[in-house]
Amino acid sequence: MVARGRIVWVSGPAVKADGMSSTKMYETVEVGESKLIGEVIRLTGDVGFVQVYESTSGLKPGEPVVGTGQPLSVLLGPGIIGRIYDGIQRPLVEMAQKTGDFIGRGIATTPVDMKKKYKFIPTAKKGEAIQAGSILGTVQETPLLTHSILVPPNYRGGTIRDIANEGEYDINQVIANTEQNGLKTELRMYHKWPVRRPRPYAERYDPSVPLITGQRIIDTYFPIAKGGTGAIPGGFGTGKTVTLHQIAKWADSKVVVYIGCGERGNEMTEVLVEFPHLLDPRSGRPLMERTVLVANTSNMPVAAREASIYTGVTIAEYYRDMGFDVVLVADSTSRWAEALREMSGRLEEMPAEEGYPSYLASRLAEFYERAGRVRALGSPDRAGSVTLVGAVSPSGADFTEPVTTHTIRFIKTFWALDTRLAYSRHYPSINWMQSYSGYLEDVSKWWKQNISADWYELRAESYEILQREDTLKEIVRLLGPEALPDEEKLVLELARMIKIGILQQNSFDNVDTYCSPEKQLKLVRLMIKFYKEAQKALREGTPLSDIRAMPIITTLLKAKFEIPDDQVSKLDDIDKRLTEEFHKSVSQEEAKIVV
Amino acid sequence: MSETVGIEYTKVAEIKGPLMIIDGITKASFDELVEIESTDGERRLGKVLEVGNGKAVVQVFEGTTGLAISGTKAKFLGKTMTMPVSQELLGRVFDGLGRPNDSLPDPVADRFIDVNGEPMNPERREYPTSFIQTGVSVIDGMLTLVRGQKLPIFSGSGMPHNILAAQIARQASVVGTKEDFAVVFAAIGVQYSEAQYFKRSLEESGALRRSVLFLNLADDPAIERIITPRVALTVAEYLAFDLGMHVLAILTDMTNYAEALREISAAREEVPGRKGYPGYLYTDLANNYERAGRIKGKNGSVTQVPILSMPADDITHPIPDLTGYITEGQIVLGRDLFRKGIYPSVNVLMSLSRLMKDGVGEGKTRADHMEVGNQLYDAYSRAQEVRALAEIVGKAGLTGVDLKYLEAGDLFEKHFLKQNQDENRTLEETLGRAWEVLSSLPEGELTKIKEKNVRQYYKGKQ
Repeated sequence: MVARGRIVWVSGPAVKADGMSSTKMYETVEVGESKLIGEVIRLTGDVGFVQVYESTSGLKPGEPVVGTGQPLSVLLGPGIIGRIYDGIQRPLVEMAQKTGDFIGRGIATTPVDMKKKYKFIPTAKKGEAIQAGSILGTVQETPLLTHSILVPPNYRGGTIRDIANEGEYDINQVIANTEQNGLKTELRMYHKWPVRRPRPYAERYDPSVPLITGQRIIDTYFPIAKGGTGAIPGGFGTGKTVTLHQIAKWADSKVVVYIGCGERGNEMTEVLVEFPHLLDPRSGRPLMERTVLVANTSNMPVAAREASIYTGVTIAEYYRDMGFDVVLVADSTSRWAEALREMSGRLEEMPAEEGYPSYLASRLAEFYERAGRVRALGSPDRAGSVTLVGAVSPSGADFTEPVTTHTIRFIKTFWALDTRLAYSRHYPSINWMQSYSGYLEDVSKWWKQNISADWYELRAESYEILQREDTLKEIVRLLGPEALPDEEKLVLELARMIKIGILQQNSFDNVDTYCSPEKQLKLVRLMIKFYKEAQKALREGTPLSDIRAMPIITTLLKAKFEIPDDQVSKLDDIDKRLTEEFHKSVSQEEAKIVV
Repeated sequence: MSETVGIEYTKVAEIKGPLMIIDGITKASFDELVEIESTDGERRLGKVLEVGNGKAVVQVFEGTTGLAISGTKAKFLGKTMTMPVSQELLGRVFDGLGRPNDSLPDPVADRFIDVNGEPMNPERREYPTSFIQTGVSVIDGMLTLVRGQKLPIFSGSGMPHNILAAQIARQASVVGTKEDFAVVFAAIGVQYSEAQYFKRSLEESGALRRSVLFLNLADDPAIERIITPRVALTVAEYLAFDLGMHVLAILTDMTNYAEALREISAAREEVPGRKGYPGYLYTDLANNYERAGRIKGKNGSVTQVPILSMPADDITHPIPDLTGYITEGQIVLGRDLFRKGIYPSVNVLMSLSRLMKDGVGEGKTRADHMEVGNQLYDAYSRAQEVRALAEIVGKAGLTGVDLKYLEAGDLFEKHFLKQNQDENRTLEETLGRAWEVLSSLPEGELTKIKEKNVRQYYKGKQ
C-alpha cells in the first residue's frame, strides 16, 4: 500500500509530511500538486522527512505527498549511451522539449526511448537454464558498443521457455519467458535497479592492467589501474576539470560515465559540443558513442546532486556487467558532500567537522568501494571493471579539510593539484612530490610486456632526477644556483627539461593532448640518454654552459607537440641527432685540449 | 495577480534580526512574497524562508527596524517575487529591489519574471566562443573574455576594480560586428561615490541609454542585497534572451552580498560552514553566477563580470574561494603592482580565463594568440622567481638567461601590462607588445610556441 500524506512543513529542499507511516526509508515519493520527485530520508512516527530533487518554490503545507513504493532507481537497457541526464536519470533533451531552455519542474519522462527498435540477436537458447546476470542476447547500441541484454541481478534462476528470434524489438517487448517451479517470469530488454544498492558480481579480481589515459604524468608516473580508484583534489583554477575531461576523452575504456555534480553548466555543454567531434584514437569513432553524461550543475536542485553520483555509478556497473571496462569521473565529490551537509543541517543532525555529517566518511567509502574489476554474474564468463576517479574541491585549496582527508583514505591513486604550479602555468599542475599511485607495481608488468622491458628503470631514473631537484631547490633558494657544483646544476637543468618536455602537457594542443604509451616511453628514454651523455661530457671537460646551449634541448622540449603519435619514429632521429651533437661537442673539447 | 490580493495575518510571534515569525498561518507557500505593513502604515517586502505547523519564517528585505509585534500586518501575496520587464528599462535607475529610483514613472511592464530564475538546461546552452575585445592588453592577450562568460574581478580595498570594470564596460566590443553591449549594473552595498563613478562613466561614454542600473548603497538595507543581483540578472536574461541583446552584467560587490546571506543564516541559527558563512553559500552564489551564457538559436548573451573584494586580500577566504570554483576564471588585482603605480594592477599569475582557449586562435583572433599568452605567463612566472632569488643572492649570482628574464619581467609590466584608463588597444597592438616582451628572451626559451609562429613573429637576436 502506498502512502498518501500531506505536507506539514517546507524549507528549501527539505519537506516534512504526515500520514507517511507506510512508506519505507529511501522510497521515492511525489511531492505536491506538481508532483515533484523526492526521497524519504527519515521517518519519525507518521512524519516522513523528504528531500526533494526539484525546486520547492511555491510549495505549501497541505499539498499531498504520495509514495511510489519504489526506491530511487535507474532504468538500465539500450539507449543510455550518448545521452545527457539530470541527477535522477531524466534526459535533458526531452526536458528541453517540454519546458524550453530553462529547466522546469515536475517533468515526467522516460530515460530512454521506449519506442526505438533495436535488432536483437539471441545468444541464449530455449530450454537453457539461466541465472541472474546471464546474457540473453545482444543489440548494437552504438557503432562502438554491442550491448548485452542482461537477466536482472535479482532474478532467482530458471529455464527459458521461449526466447525471441533475431529481429527488431523495442525495449518494452518481452524477449524471453522463463519458468522455475511453475513461477513464470517475463524478461524485457531493460530492468530497473535501485541506485543506492551496488550491483552484485561473482568474484572480485585485483586490478593489474593500467588505464591508459594518454596523459604522461598519469600513465608514466602515477598510473591508475582498470578497476582502481583515484582522487584529484585541487583549488580552483588548478585544472581538475580539464584533467577529468582528458581522462574522459582519452582513457582506453569501453564506456565513460561523466558526472558533472554541482559544477558549471558550460562545462557540460563543452563535453556535449566536443565529444561528438573528437575521435577515439583506437576505434576512430566519435567519443560520444561511448559516453554517458549525468549533469547536475551548481544551480540545479541541491538534493539531486547527491543522487547524481549514485545514478552514475549504477549505470557504470551495468556496463561493467556486460564485460566492459568503464571509467567514471565525478566532478566534483565535494559538491556531493556539500549536498549531504545541507540535508544533514536541515535534519538538525549533530555535525562533525566543518558542519559535515558524521557519516561523510562511510558514504565516501561506500562510493569508492563500488570500483573494481570483477567477474560478472551469470554466463558466459566475462570480466569487466569500473574505475572511479573523483575530483575534490577543497575549500581554500586546503588538503586538510574533511572531504579531502576522508577521500584519501579510500582511494589508491592520488593526484595532488598544486596551486603554485598552476600559477606558473605548469599544467597539468599535478604535484609530482605529493602525488602517489598504489598501482605502480601492479601495472609495471603490463608496461614491461607491452611497451618496453626497461620501463620501470627509466621511470625510476627520471623520477629520481625530480626528487634530487626538490632537495637542491632548497639550497638554490638560499645560496643561488651558482653555489652548486656543475654536476648538480646539470640535475637542475634535467629536471627543468623533464618538467617542460614530459610533465607539462597541453590539453588544448591537437598533438599534445594525447600521448601514446610508446611516445611517452621514448620521451623519457631521450631525457635519460641526454642526462647520461651530458654527465659524460661534463666529466670529459665540456663546460656546462656549452651543454645548456645545445640546440638539441629545444628540439627535445618541443618534441611532445611537434611530433605526432603516428610519427614516433622521428623521435629515433632525435635520438641520433642527440648522439651526434654530443659527439661533436666532446670532440671540440678534445680539439681545444690538443691546441 | 495584483499586489492587493492576498491573505493578511496579524499574529507576529517573534522578530529577530532580519526575520519575522508569524503565527496562525493557514495558507502560505515556500518562497512566497509577503508585504508587511508597520503600525505607521509603512510597507516593506519580505519572503517566506520556511513554512509549516502554522508558522511562517519571513525574511524582511528592508530590515525589521521599527516593526512591532502588535499591530504589524503581513499580507501573503500568493506569488514569488517578480520583476516587471520591458525595453523601457533601458536607461533607467532602480533600487536594490527593482523599484524605480530616478523619480520617473514606473516603466510599463511587458511581463513579470520570477527573480530567482530557473537553471538553464545545459543541453540548451550554446558554448561561448566569441572573443570580446576590451582594449585592455592584459585581458585581451592573456585573460580573454568571451561572450557568455562569467569572469569576476577579485580585488582588495582601495584597488581600482571599479575603474577597470568601467573601462571594460566602455570599451567592450565584439570584433567584426557593430553590436554594442547593453550594460546591467548592480551596486550591492557599495559606497555612493563608487556607484556615482560608474554612472558618470556610462553617461560620458553615451552608454547610459543602453544601461540598466540597480543601486543598493552601503546605507541601504543589508537584506535587500540578497535580491539586488537577482533582479539585475533577471533583467539581463530578459534583455539577452527575449530582446536578443548582448549584455554585460557587472555586479559589485559580491562580498557584501555574501555577508547579507550570513546575517540571515545566523539569525536562523543554522549550522555554519567556514568563517560563519552558511553551508549553502556555494549553491547560493552559483544560482547567481550561473545566470550567464548563451542559448542555442538565440542571438543574445549574458556576460558577467562580478566584482568582489577579498577580505584582507586573502584569496582563500570563502567568498573568493567559492566564487573561483563557480566562475570561468578570475582576474586578480595585486597589491604589489598597485603600490608600484601600475594600472591595471592585474596579478596575471593568479588570474585565469578558462574560456580563452575557446575564443582565440586561427579564424577567431590570431594563430599565435594562445601560445603567446602561455609563453607570457611562463616568462613572467620565471621572472618572478628570478626576482625573488636576486633579492637573496644579488644579480651577480644569476646566470645570463636569468638576467634576460629579469629584463623581460620589467618590460612586461611597463610595456604590456601598464596602460591608461582611457587607452583602447587593438588586439594587433596587444600581441605586438607581447612579442616585443618575448623577443627580449633568447629564442630557445620560447618552448610553448610552435616553430612557425616563432619564425614569423620573433624579433630578438639569436
